[in-house]
Formats: sequence, structure tokens, C-alpha cells
Amino acid sequence: MSAPVTQPRYPTRRNAELVLLVFAVLIVVAAEAAVEATRDGHFSSHLITYAAVPIGVGLVAHLVIRRVAPYADPLLLPIAVLLNGLGLVMIHRLDLGLKQQADQNGGTFSAAAPTQVLWTAIGVALFVGLIVLVRDHRILQRYAYTLALVGLVFLLLPTILPARFAEVNGARIWIRLAGFSIQPGEFAKILLTIFGAAYLVAKRDVLSLAGRRLGFSLGRRFIGFDLPRGRDFGPVLAAWLICIAVLVRGHDLGTSLLFFGLFIVLLYVTTERVSWVVIGVLLFAVGAYVSYKLFGTVQTRVGVWLHVFDAVHDQDGYQLRQSLFGLGTGGVFGTGLGAGHPELVPLPATDFIISSFGEETGLFGAVAILMLYVLFVARGLATALSVRDAFGKLFATGLSFLVALQLFVVIAGVTRLLPETGLTTPFLSYGGSSLLANWLLLALLLRVSDAARRPATAPPARPAGEKVGVPG
Amino acid sequence: MNRSIRKVAVALVVLLAALFVNLNFVQVVKGSELRDDSRNRRVLLNEYASPRGDVNVQGTAIAHSKATSDDLKYLRVYPQGRLYAAVSGYYSFIYGTSGIEQAEDGVLSGNSDKLFGSRVSDLLTGRNQRGGSVELTLDKAAQQAAYANLVKDNRGNARAGAVVALDPATGAILAAVSSPSFDPSLLSSHNSRTIQRTWTSLRPDSATSPLVNRALQQRYPPGSTFKTIVSAAALKDGVTAETNLISPNGYFPETGATGPCNGTNPACVQNFGGESCHGGKTATLTYAFAKSCNTTFAALAVEKLGGRKIADEAKLFGFDSTTALQVPLSVATSTVGTRADLSRNGFLARTAFGQQDVSMTPLQGAMIASAVADDGILMQPYLVDKEVAPNLSVLNKTEPTQLSQVLDPDLDHNLQSMMEAVVTAPEGTGHPARITDIPGVAVGGKTGTADTGRTLPNGRAEAPHAWFIGYAMQNGVAKIAVAVLIEHGGVQGNETTGGEAAAPVAKAVMEAYLRAHPGN
Repeated sequence: MSAPVTQPRYPTRRNAELVLLVFAVLIVVAAEAAVEATRDGHFSSHLITYAAVPIGVGLVAHLVIRRVAPYADPLLLPIAVLLNGLGLVMIHRLDLGLKQQADQNGGTFSAAAPTQVLWTAIGVALFVGLIVLVRDHRILQRYAYTLALVGLVFLLLPTILPARFAEVNGARIWIRLAGFSIQPGEFAKILLTIFGAAYLVAKRDVLSLAGRRLGFSLGRRFIGFDLPRGRDFGPVLAAWLICIAVLVRGHDLGTSLLFFGLFIVLLYVTTERVSWVVIGVLLFAVGAYVSYKLFGTVQTRVGVWLHVFDAVHDQDGYQLRQSLFGLGTGGVFGTGLGAGHPELVPLPATDFIISSFGEETGLFGAVAILMLYVLFVARGLATALSVRDAFGKLFATGLSFLVALQLFVVIAGVTRLLPETGLTTPFLSYGGSSLLANWLLLALLLRVSDAARRPATAPPARPAGEKVGVPG
Repeated sequence: MNRSIRKVAVALVVLLAALFVNLNFVQVVKGSELRDDSRNRRVLLNEYASPRGDVNVQGTAIAHSKATSDDLKYLRVYPQGRLYAAVSGYYSFIYGTSGIEQAEDGVLSGNSDKLFGSRVSDLLTGRNQRGGSVELTLDKAAQQAAYANLVKDNRGNARAGAVVALDPATGAILAAVSSPSFDPSLLSSHNSRTIQRTWTSLRPDSATSPLVNRALQQRYPPGSTFKTIVSAAALKDGVTAETNLISPNGYFPETGATGPCNGTNPACVQNFGGESCHGGKTATLTYAFAKSCNTTFAALAVEKLGGRKIADEAKLFGFDSTTALQVPLSVATSTVGTRADLSRNGFLARTAFGQQDVSMTPLQGAMIASAVADDGILMQPYLVDKEVAPNLSVLNKTEPTQLSQVLDPDLDHNLQSMMEAVVTAPEGTGHPARITDIPGVAVGGKTGTADTGRTLPNGRAEAPHAWFIGYAMQNGVAKIAVAVLIEHGGVQGNETTGGEAAAPVAKAVMEAYLRAHPGN
């Protein structure tokens, strides 16, 4: 070790990221140009704005990554910039449609796209802050319980607050203060992922212990699975009860499904025991059944899902029906950006933005967007596979799974594969909290991927003097 | 851990594959069904996004698309709504389309293959797709006279019925009115409440709804006007205008016996109101035709012609055609009745004066008069003169086509004299149709008073329909043929009432047309 030989150069892939960012910008600008050409017949100065956002966002994030996370995965940022940019273009396009609608009906209208630009800027600022601040993801383990407490408060606060502070469109998932509203659940999902990963890594040996065996022996093979020990059920039940509380008080099917799914997956990855998944699915089924029996909102959503074209659901099924009409009208190739009528779907920019894409860019466009998410999740899971520490593995799996499950629940809802639950599409949908939370999620995922791809000999990129938590 | 992470990845792939399959299902498999769902406004918004072509009558738009500020960008308006409703139809986003709006939708919307070139040029120049326009054959003067004289009688009471006028030389439809009419602008509104209220008030499920096109799609018993066809068959069969035919006061077709009917005996045919015809013995064909003697025609059909010849002649005039007439609005096919009506003497006798199961549309009535007026040549009726592309090039101009020769010209001239006698002879029933103040004009026609066969709730027979079919010649040239039907416009048992109610309307239409088109 006295005379270090010249180290082999490990590719950082930062230039690949830059090239991909250029592609992302080009696609966003082309989309905005298509919208303007169709709606107005000419290009406007808006085009510069919609080019500037992905360029600015991509450049800032890219330069920061070059500096503080040089080995980070090169695909994640371009995908996020592309989705954010496309979402912005669609929100702007929906603004145009909604403005026309409001002009004709004499209604009021306020543009959503400028707000989304602002949220994007704040999102990138938070991204930079977080990735600069957290130089090693393992530090997060130290604050697991503190973060869990904050996460729980975030999650449960809206359900405790009076409705006038917490309720929007029937769902109690907001905190509204001084004309400003945030959905704390979006941030809670990241905080609780950190906690879940840290907690399970610490307890993994205990949780893997087998309790009773359930099944039968066939010759020398055992068919069935080992039940965990009774005392280990505690955290699972706690997570379940919290999710039920969110569901009961907040009328928020999506968030509770997301959290419970996340917890079960983390548990499964830690212990590699199928029994946790089976127990989780059973618990979720019981929770879902009971809430179906008890709550009108759940019954309505299931009723709409099953009988959306029936006259009974003429009113409450309107949104889903319009979404399906939009998707059907779009067909394989779509009507073309700006040439459809996605504004006919109520609240098209949040939950139903994917049906706006389905209508105007067709099956091709919708599947292309789906593939972007597949790539994003695949890169996240690849990070989980290659990172060396157990916390990192669990954390990256959790974050990737969050994106994947959220995407699944939303798209399944708007395409009538499952009852509609009311979640946003990551990066694409209009909504401050969702966008900020997803940029933070991206920062953390990039941080883990930097650790995963960093050569073992390279020094971690952190300021001198800072202590690092002991892994495991 | 990596093993279970891989399994999670596989599970996620399954979920995303489910999304992919479901998107395919919704957008491709179910796509067209969702697109065409009546609650999907998207197709409608696209349809209304480009202006629809005009429907013109002699250069004036009777249906026109007006730019609006609401989300359906163009509103369909009908400046003289009720006057042309039977032809124009309506254009409603709830109840679909009718009339020319439906029949010429391809050209008006611009979706027709004939307008492919125009669509391509609109696409290349970045213009919205535009529809072509349609020029109708209608004549303003004839249409207005028909409408004004039909909808109200001279005491101001509303009347239901229809008027159709044809140009005998070409078959061009000069007037088509159905009463009561409706305002298509209200049904073509962009306000769904207005549309629904209007629709309900029009009683769409009722047989007497204003939406029923009485001119083209409603069939009525023709009554004595059908004697024109029986006369044509008789002339072909060797009977002349001056042949004396038996004209008893009562005729028993089943037995061939003659004599008084003694009240209302269903087995006995008598004349209207039990009147005698030329003394109750014999009468010439001309006399029987002019006075509209039922017994003469019943005996002529049963004793001499038989059902076959009458049915064949009627077929030449357009009855019972195998393909329904399209003008391009579809026309109900008129019929002489069933096989039994033609083979059983009791039925055949009543068929001969247009009762039993004979039924015809007012357009068919006008076709009869038109064929007689034009030397026995029946022209195919048509309503669309030209289809014009947005760049004003003519896409299609209708060439008149002959449907049949119903009668040789020399025999036809006899039938013309007989029809003119209806209007001029002392015994004629059509005097009110006579035009005296335009020189060189001769009017021929035939009246009809057709029993509906229905009884009113009070047990009395429903008032019969009043018919007049006729034509006007000017200096030997057939100028216009008209059929007028007034529902329940006659009085039971009085043949002259049909002529009294319907003939003045026909006269007004013919006179208005002749004054608007003087000379030859």
C-alpha cells in the first residue's frame, strides 16, 4: 500500500447524462411547439419559457451532481427532467383548454402552468439542498426515529385538523395555512421509507426468525411457509393501524395502500420471507373489505369502477367516464397535442394527467411515458442491487417501489383497471407537494446510486471532518 | 437481499404489464365504442368545429352555419325555419339529423369522398375543414304559396297535411311542405335544455307529430285520385274517354248485381252520399271521372280490368317499387295493397276508388299528375340540383332521368282531357283549381275524399282526408304538377268537399309558380 499504482479510471457517465438531458429538452420543446402550432397556428414567446425550464432545471441539477455525486446513475435525472417538462407542457395545454371553457361558460379560470414552473424551481432548489447536505445516505439511519416521528405527524396531522384546514374535494390530506396548501403525506412517504429501511435493517435478524410452520411435508419437501413469531407482528400491525387511520379519517385510499404496500415490500426484502407478503395481503384485504362496508366514499368508488356507464353513476362516474372517452378517442396515435379535448375531464392536470396524454398522444404516447417510469424504476432497483450496504439496498428498493406503486395505482385508476384512488403521477402531475417530494426522492435515489457505482477505492464525496454512521 | 429485490422487480413488471394490457384494451379494443358513446362530447366538438355548408334555395340559404362564441364553434340556423323544415330537416347534437342535413351530410360536413381534394388543400393551407353547399330544386314562390295556403284554412284554423309540387318535364321538386311544421333552429340549438324542451313539445312518438314528414314519408288512402291510374289502365285496355260504362246507384261486386244499396251495406258500393251518376244507368269514362262515380270505377275494375292490370299500371306510376325512392330523402313506397285486395272482387272494387289498402304519399300523388301532364313520361323526382364544393366548383349536378312511360302520348292526351274536365266540366269536382286570369293556362286535376276507415270516440266516422292532384299547362307545355293533401279536410259522404278544401291550395301554388315564371 505504500506506492499506489495508477488507479483505473471509472466512468462516471456524466457526459451521457448531459446528452440525455439535451434529448429531454428537445422532446419537451417539440411538444410545446406542437401545442402552440395546433392551438394558435404559430409559435409564441412561451416556447422560450418552456425550453428554459428543462434547460435550467437540467443544467443546475447536472452541475451539482457532477460536483457532489459524480458516480450517480446517468438515467434518473434526464427521465425526471423529461417527465417534469412534459407535465408542464400538458398543464399549459390544459390551461389553454380550460381558459377557453371558462370564457365560454363565463366561469373563472386561473392558469396552473406558472405555478407549476414555480414549484419546479423550488423542487430543484430542494433537490440541490438535499443532495449537497446529505453526502452519504447512511447518515440518515441515525435520524431514523426522529424522521419517523415527523413523518407520522405529517401523515396524521391532516386527519386530526379541523376540516377547514385539511379538507379539499372530500379528502382530508391537506394542511392549509394562509392561502398555501401542502399535502404532507407526499413528504411523509419519503420519511417513513427512511425509517422503515433503517428499522428493518436493525431488526432483520430477529424478524427472520421462524415461528410456527404452516403447511405440510411432501416426502422431503416442505410445502407452505414459516410464520413469523407472534411478537414480531407488532410493527406490521402498527403500520397497518396507521394506514387504516389514514383511510378512515382522511378518506384517502391511495395513500394508505401506498404506505402499507411499501412496508410489506420492505419487510419482504429484508427477511426474504413470503409469509410477510401473504400476511400483508390478508391484512390489506381485511382493511379494504371493512372500509368498503363502513364508508360511503369507498363504496361509491367501487360502484363507479364496476358500473361507470350506468345511469346510477351519471354524476359521480362523470370524471372516470370522461377519462375513458378521452383515452378511447385518442386511440392508437392520439388526436395530436393541442387537438383533443382533455379539458373535458374534471381536474385533468392532477390525477388524470395520464389520460390527457392518452387522448392527445394516443396509446403510443401513453406507453412511452409508461416506459420512462419503467426505466426510472429499473434504474432505482439496479441501484438497490449494486449498492453494498443493507440500508442502501432497502432504501433504494423502497424509493423505487414508491414510484412504481404510485404510478400503478394512478394509471390503474384512470384506466379503470382498479377503483380510482386519488394519487398524483410522479413528476408529471400538477401539484406542489407531489413535485417537491419527488425531486427530494430523486436526490436521495441519486445519492444511493452514487454510492452504488462509486469504485471502492474512491473517497466518498463528503466534507472533511464529518462522521459517517456505521453501516448495518 | 438481492434475491428478494429481484422478485420485487418481477412483481412490478407484472403490474406495469397489466397497465400496458389495460391501456391497449381501453384505447384500441374499446376505442371506437368509447369514441362513439353518445355521452362523449369530443366527436361532437370536432364536428361543430368547422363550418357546415349552406343549403340553398334559388341562391338563398335556408340552412346556414353561424360562428358563435361557445365551445361548439358553429351554430346551425334556418332563417325561414318552418317554411322549409320538411326538406331541410334539423341538425341536433342530441337527436341526430334529418332531412337534407342527414341525406347530404357528407357534402355539408365536408367528409364526403367527393370533397377529398378540398380536405387535402385545407390541411396543407392550415385552414379548418369546410363543408360543401347544396342547391335545392325548390322554387321560392311555389314553396311559399304552398306553405301559406296549407297551414291555415281561410277561416284561420290550423290544418295538417302536405303539398308537393313537381316540374313534370324534369321531376325536380318545386315545393314540399308538411303541416304542422316545426322550427329546426330550436332543435339545432347549442342549449340542450332548449333542444329537449322543443323535442318533447313536438311529441316525437306520436303519429301526428310535426316531425312526421307528411309530404314524403306519410302514406294516406288516395281516395278518388287513384281513379286516374284506373283510367290509365282502362285506356290502355281499349276503353275510350267516350265509352259508356255501367254506372248503377249501387253495385254488389261479389255477385255483380246492381241496384240500390239500401243503407250502408258493406257488400254494396255506392257513390258519395248515395248520389246517382248520370241517371244511374251508364256514363262515359270522362263523365264518371269528372263526377268521380265510385260504382262506375268499381264495376270497371271488377267486370273489365281485373286487379292485375290496375296493379301493373300503378307500378308504372311508381307504386310498389322494389327500391324505395331517394330524392335523396327517403320516400315511403306507395302501395295498391295486398294480393288479396287485387284478386277478391269485394276488395278490388274498393281498391278501384282508392280505398281498401291503397295508400300513397303526397309525392306519389304529384308524380301521377306529373306523368299525365308530361305526355305519360314519369320523371324521377329529385330535390338536389347541385352539390357545390367550398371552392364553388360543382361536384355533382342531377341529370333528370325518366322512370317510366305510364301511357302512350296519344292515350295520355285523352287522360289529360279527362283531368281538365274535372276542373272545367259542369259535373267536375275540381272547379276551385281553375286558373282564369293567366292567359293560355289549362288546369287538369282529380279530387279525392278518402275515408280513413277509423271511427272517432263518439262512434262517428273520422272526417275523410281531402286530396287534389293536378297540373297546369301553359300554351300546351306542362309547367307544374301538384298534389295537396289535407288531413280530415273533407266531409263524410261528400266528394266535392275534397276538391273544395284541397283544390284552392293547389291553384294557389300553380298560380304563384306560373306568375313567377311567366311565358315558356
